[in-house]
Amino acid sequence: MHPTSANPRSRAAIIVAGLLLACVGSVLFAGMTGSVSIPLADMPGALDELLHRRADSLAATLLDLRASRALSAFVTGAALSLAGVMMQALLRNPLADPYVLGLSSGSAVGALAAMMAACAAWAVDAAAFAGAVIISMLLYFLARRDLRSGSAAEGGTALLLLTGVILSSAGSALVSLMLSVAGENELRGMVFWLIGDLSGAPLRAMPWLVLAAGLLFALRTARSMNVLALHAEAAATLGIRVGLLRKGLFFCSGLLTASAVTTAGSIGFVGLIVPHACRFAFGPDHRVLIPAATLAGGAYLVLADTLARTIIAPQQLPVGVITALVGTPVFLYQLHRLRK
Amino acid sequence: MMIATERLQLRVGARTLVENLDWQVRDGECWSIIGRNGAGKSTLMRTLAGLRAPDGGQVSLQGRPLSAWPLEALARQRAFLAQSRSDAFAYTVIETVLSARHPYHAGSYWENSDDHHIALRSLAAMEVDDLANRDVRTLSGGERQRVAIAALLAQDTQLLLLDEPANALDLAHQVSVMGLLAKLCRERRKTVVMIGHDLSLAHGISTHALLLMGDGRWLAGPRDDVMQAPILSEYLHHPIDIVRHGSRSIFIPREA
Repeated sequence: MHPTSANPRSRAAIIVAGLLLACVGSVLFAGMTGSVSIPLADMPGALDELLHRRADSLAATLLDLRASRALSAFVTGAALSLAGVMMQALLRNPLADPYVLGLSSGSAVGALAAMMAACAAWAVDAAAFAGAVIISMLLYFLARRDLRSGSAAEGGTALLLLTGVILSSAGSALVSLMLSVAGENELRGMVFWLIGDLSGAPLRAMPWLVLAAGLLFALRTARSMNVLALHAEAAATLGIRVGLLRKGLFFCSGLLTASAVTTAGSIGFVGLIVPHACRFAFGPDHRVLIPAATLAGGAYLVLADTLARTIIAPQQLPVGVITALVGTPVFLYQLHRLRK
Repeated sequence: MMIATERLQLRVGARTLVENLDWQVRDGECWSIIGRNGAGKSTLMRTLAGLRAPDGGQVSLQGRPLSAWPLEALARQRAFLAQSRSDAFAYTVIETVLSARHPYHAGSYWENSDDHHIALRSLAAMEVDDLANRDVRTLSGGERQRVAIAALLAQDTQLLLLDEPANALDLAHQVSVMGLLAKLCRERRKTVVMIGHDLSLAHGISTHALLLMGDGRWLAGPRDDVMQAPILSEYLHHPIDIVRHGSRSIFIPREA
């Protein structure tokens, strides 16, 4: 299915180039599509206006609005997908996702608490980020045995996974508590946050910096991630500093997830099905998988968000609804194929 | 001196498995570690591989304590075959074997064509070259074991540590894998330390044996000094007879 002999280098280059084109295409498509669509003929002019920092025509104004939302979607999807790949390598489980260790429920507790206190949007974002960071630190403290230099831990990462699942359900309980005591007018915003929504997402530099740093770390450790994914503890006998690598994966995926949920709430399924689909299509080698899943995750969320704001226009759906509705059958199909 | 232990102590919980083990393994020797279940064979193996810290004493490779070796340099000196493995991802057989080349160029992103040649040669040596593009998760237990041994060969180290290499192999492959290991010791002066439960097979290829009692006691020495019926019977807690068949010794457990 995925030839290994010929030349992995050029194969990887073709895959990455193809996905890059798909990314550009998805952002352009998102820019053209909406309640007022921009015809293809007007696109070069509108793009030119935007690049010269003046949006006079209607097309340019619309493109400006839509493109910045599409770029937010891209960076969020790419971060979630990359975090998913890292989490799956860390836990050696292709069914892990960035939320499995409870980071999203931590940030949900933070975000919802800030919404109940009627804080400003930036404070909600800050509280969401803080929630994710607190959960990660708690997790690190409780399960640091699994992240140490593999020597003592023969059980792999079971302690980390179980601790994460328990912390996650504790977070969900707090979320339910807040939802049940929240006022009517706060409830809609809370539900949208929980499903994952890009409509209010501002285009910031921070998520791009986090994504760039995460991607750099992932590409530098791609070979080691292969060895870890194959050999678990015994990767140490091939020269991998297992403890250090696990800590790096834990912190990088945590940071990426925290950054993504801060931008757009807890959008589900992207971090699970995009890496899964990429593994299915291109093989499990992390040297190809990491750039492929990052690009594909970004493009996927851009398209999902375009669908979310157009499918029952003028009403807008939270994008998390689309990712879950599309994700479930795709995932079940893959799972079925896998088990055959 | 390839690998040596000095007053090595191994404990699991409150139990002492090995006490004051002073043991030297030289180039070209092939050692079998023999003992009952739970006697500490795998614990010793993991300690020799550096996956577990000793509970007392130390292990040194070429005169240098294991803890003083950089992991990557160590990975070019010794390879370790774990007793069992779990495959979570759909890597192909060739990718599995290529990953064993990691210690030779951790700095570069891709392997080079030499690595591919070495990997294919190792697969051929284990008679699994026709499986090169198969998903490792679809292999049978014996095929998976041979792929794992092929990876060990591709790592191309002076010292091979093998925890039950004959596990899951059919009769013909048990014989051919053991023969290959013996040949590596004889002709290429490699050093092999392995665990096995088949005494006749172990006797056939080993030059030395280390017996573990599981309560701290141990006995190490040349094969024929150590693998004697009364000694083995004591260490394995079961009466054993030895039958000569040509130049070979067959070990038969007496019926209960």
